[in-house]
Amino acid sequence: MKFSEQWLREWVNPQIGTQELMDQITMAGLEVDGFEPVAGQFSGVIVGDVQSVQPHPDADKLRICQVSDGTSEVQVVCGAPNVREGLKVPFAVVGAVLPGNFKIKKAKLRGQPSEGMLCSESELGLSESHDGLMELPADAPVGQDVADYLQLNDVTIDVDLTPNRADCLSIKGIAREVGVLNSMLVDSPAIEPVESVHSEVPDIRVEAPAACPRYLGRILRNVNLQAESPLWMREKLRRSGIRSIDAAVDVTNYVMLELGQPMHAFDRDEINGGVVVRMARVEEKLVLLDGQEVELTPGTLVIADHEKPIAIAGVMGGEHSGVSSKTRDLVLESAYFDPITLAGKARHYGLHTDASHRFERGVDFKLARDAMERATRLLMEIVGGEPGEIVEVSSDEDLPEDRTVDLRAPRLNDVLGMEIDRTTVEEILTRLGLRVGKLLKDGWRISVPSFRPDIAIEEDLIEEVGRIYGYNNLPVTEPTGSLGLRPEQEAVRPVSAIRNFFVDHGYQEAVTYSFVDPKVQQLVDPDRQGIALANPISSDLSVMRTSLWSGLLKTVAYNQNRQQPRIRLFETGLRFLQEGDRIDQKPMLAGVVVGNQYPENWANGRRTADFFDVKGELESLFRLLGIEIDFIGAQHPALHPGQTAELMRGGEHVGWLGTLHPQVQKNLELNGTILMFELFLDSIVAGYVPNFKEISKFPEVRRDLAIIIGSEVAFTDVERVARKHAGEQLTTLRAFDVYEGESLGEGNRSLALSLFWQHPERTLNEDEVHSLFNGVIDALKEELGATLRS
Amino acid sequence: MENLEQLVQDGLSAVDSADSLQALDQLRVEYLGKKGVITQQAKTLGKLSAEERPAAGQKINEAKGQVEAAINAKRSDLERAAIEQKLASESIDVTLPGRGHDLGGLHPVTRTLQRIEHFFARAGYTVEQGPEIEDDYHNFEALNIPGHHPARAMHDTFYFNPGTLLRTHTSPVQIRTMEAGKPPFRMICPGRVYRCDSDMTHTPMFHQVEGLLVEKNVSFADLKSTVEEFLRVFFEQDLQVRFRPSYFPFTEPSAEVDIEWGREADGSVKWLEVMGCGMVHPKVFEHCGIDAEEYRGFAFGMGVERLAMLRYGVNDLRMFFENDLRFLRQFR
Repeated sequence: MKFSEQWLREWVNPQIGTQELMDQITMAGLEVDGFEPVAGQFSGVIVGDVQSVQPHPDADKLRICQVSDGTSEVQVVCGAPNVREGLKVPFAVVGAVLPGNFKIKKAKLRGQPSEGMLCSESELGLSESHDGLMELPADAPVGQDVADYLQLNDVTIDVDLTPNRADCLSIKGIAREVGVLNSMLVDSPAIEPVESVHSEVPDIRVEAPAACPRYLGRILRNVNLQAESPLWMREKLRRSGIRSIDAAVDVTNYVMLELGQPMHAFDRDEINGGVVVRMARVEEKLVLLDGQEVELTPGTLVIADHEKPIAIAGVMGGEHSGVSSKTRDLVLESAYFDPITLAGKARHYGLHTDASHRFERGVDFKLARDAMERATRLLMEIVGGEPGEIVEVSSDEDLPEDRTVDLRAPRLNDVLGMEIDRTTVEEILTRLGLRVGKLLKDGWRISVPSFRPDIAIEEDLIEEVGRIYGYNNLPVTEPTGSLGLRPEQEAVRPVSAIRNFFVDHGYQEAVTYSFVDPKVQQLVDPDRQGIALANPISSDLSVMRTSLWSGLLKTVAYNQNRQQPRIRLFETGLRFLQEGDRIDQKPMLAGVVVGNQYPENWANGRRTADFFDVKGELESLFRLLGIEIDFIGAQHPALHPGQTAELMRGGEHVGWLGTLHPQVQKNLELNGTILMFELFLDSIVAGYVPNFKEISKFPEVRRDLAIIIGSEVAFTDVERVARKHAGEQLTTLRAFDVYEGESLGEGNRSLALSLFWQHPERTLNEDEVHSLFNGVIDALKEELGATLRS
Repeated sequence: MENLEQLVQDGLSAVDSADSLQALDQLRVEYLGKKGVITQQAKTLGKLSAEERPAAGQKINEAKGQVEAAINAKRSDLERAAIEQKLASESIDVTLPGRGHDLGGLHPVTRTLQRIEHFFARAGYTVEQGPEIEDDYHNFEALNIPGHHPARAMHDTFYFNPGTLLRTHTSPVQIRTMEAGKPPFRMICPGRVYRCDSDMTHTPMFHQVEGLLVEKNVSFADLKSTVEEFLRVFFEQDLQVRFRPSYFPFTEPSAEVDIEWGREADGSVKWLEVMGCGMVHPKVFEHCGIDAEEYRGFAFGMGVERLAMLRYGVNDLRMFFENDLRFLRQFR
């Protein structure tokens, strides 16, 4: 909400400067977002009186004016179309300085001398308006400094109000707060009922009393809407961020700013029959004041006549029934609409108006009549007219109830953490406009006024006391609850340990969006459908990721486009899948590697990272976590068919490791061999607690062998067979050489294995080892078709 | 015997001019071996009288010792020279860079989150996680934000369907944790949150940490100390902190927290909003089955990127999610 400081000070005028005033209301919870002067910096501008206007002999668009400053006349050449004899205008005399340090000097325009300049609003920094000269009222005192005359020593203050403080969406409400903060009384204009001079009343029927518990209407006959709003009103509106339109609109806006009651004025001749407040019917349409036609949806409260809707209640009026300069009779509306009914309605039509903003947050439900009287009187001062009676239709059972809330003194003290003096509490609440009654036992019964719908429970009152007393005047104490020890599973490693592992191995952590480009996801995970957002921010962030790879590969592209050839990234986070009615959200760990395995330097060379580099890193990770993972040759649609491993733990799928499929890589416009892995975090974090085994004192025996075997036979199969026949005392089996070459024949490879035996309780003898070793060789020959390499 | 001295002199000069360990070994054999020229002198002893013999024998031994000592000394010299030569040939340029991986790094958001988690863990807070695709109830209703509430407009929510959405804050995790357990509680809920907003200062995804403490006897004054201490620990500065009344549907009273962040031209404190907090609203307790007469609580929430930006001087929020390696590497 924007308002003029001067206007506020008409209501309550504490002896503090602007900055202090703004700090004060900010610290009371009405956050000041900013402020700006209501006019540009200028000097030497006075009220000028245009005495005569003559055409310029050498320029069609210029006029030669004689302008009086009250004591003498000077000649000024002016190009504004609205310059005319008798006009009072801001007159920048020679020596004046206009905003932007623009100095006014004697000049000649097309040969004619000009001493000074007649100004528009924009030239004084009052508005953007370039519609000719600013026209001052006829009674403006000629010669007076314009800045004094217009009282331009004022600022527009912009307060960012929280949605609970609807009561502060008016000068009256903010003045009340300032009064409380400075312990001052607040002045308000006296509001007297206007006496009716005729018996014509609007026909009002409220068909939706729950949505519109109170509706007031009044006819103001024979108005003159040619009459302009007075300058003081236009200035107050302007300084509160509202443009002057015509007297009817200006007055309703003025009352809204002053008291907080949004109002509306209809052209009586455009209302067919009478006013009906009802819900919109299917397929009803309405052209709004802003010119757009909307199709109304049921659930929208409308103001209608006997034929059609004429306004969306509490949001915006219709164009057809709006007032114009030709309007003769007005129907004024002042109503209380139910906030819940109006909630979200404006937004539904793509609108947000000053009225809807207030009604959605809750207007004072007892304000409508005062506002009607205030508006009538202001209007009559401008446009004349004959007022009729106010017709009020209200439904007591649908109006909010007058509320009382109890405040217990001990509770107040417990929540705030200090004892606040009782008279202080009572004074704060009273000045806020709450009626404070004594409660029987140690507290108060508070009557909540109609303008504070936000106060509903004891905590609301505690907040009121706390915020006016000052949060920063409350003490600072430590919580006293006891801190017990908490269970922690030793076998479960924290995710931070996993992150640190990757950091230690040269990986950079990435954080990518959880919503991704469906086109990328389709390439990376074609078999699964990502859950689509109903209102994505853009099409390339429109579906939830089913895999962390989509975001990581996009990050690879981003960095490759920025001359980063060596990229090692990992990420942790949820992936999302629709599983029937349920949404499956699982934490994943994923990584991508492309470029050299080690940073290129004299010692590292430039070897490109391959499958076994990344596999080795994962194996180290699994040892860190204390888990056994099997890598099984498998197929994945995004991965190279010959370089893909499915990762299994005890027969359960835990993830994938592989090389990105060259076709997918091409489609994503990525360079190099891209290695990727993705694992279910929950499946790998739980390992084991170490359990000591006796160390054997007896020697270990090693035997090596080399076999030639079909290339299609997996090493894990060789290992499985060998282990099966190597006996219980086998401690280690490892492959120390793998070789493929023409000499071995097509489709064959050579595998060299080392086997280690050790007995916990004695020395193994030569014969035992020999027989186990031969058993292994025989089994490899028989079961896998291996031959011993000579 | 006359030439014994000559032999010693010859031996010593030969040892002196030996240039290798092999040559030295050869000289040892030549002079001191079984058939060595000095050893051979012992044979002449037989020609001497019994009286002369001991003195002559001693002379021969002395001659042997003299040559032997020279050989040993020379050996040490040669060995030392050989080691020195080897060392000289093995010297390297120790200023060349080392072999292997350089270090990666944590994302600055993670780095910031870990610091925050660490501080609160030491004060007995647990770290709780929850779903990011949430239902309307846990994200709004249970937090006292019913369907018509104007606060919903502040949340720019991403929806999948009317009842399912991306959480707009991590508060629903607090609800879920309270539903599943019994007070007292001390927890923080870090994680990703989502708002349908994207411009210079907003990204559609960001991170929050929300904290909650529920105990029998806790007050706004306790909240103040927790928040103030946290901010001072986080920024490692004795900052001024102020509490400004504000509004959140799930806390009452509520406050925004500003920290001192530099000075205005006129010397007054420049305040910067960094957190929101308040006392848990009784409605929230009611939704979680906690008796608000018996227990009270405070809650606080902060934007992780905002804190990281202030802490590390990052000037563009969007950089956190571009994952430019040249940006990320600055945080390792």
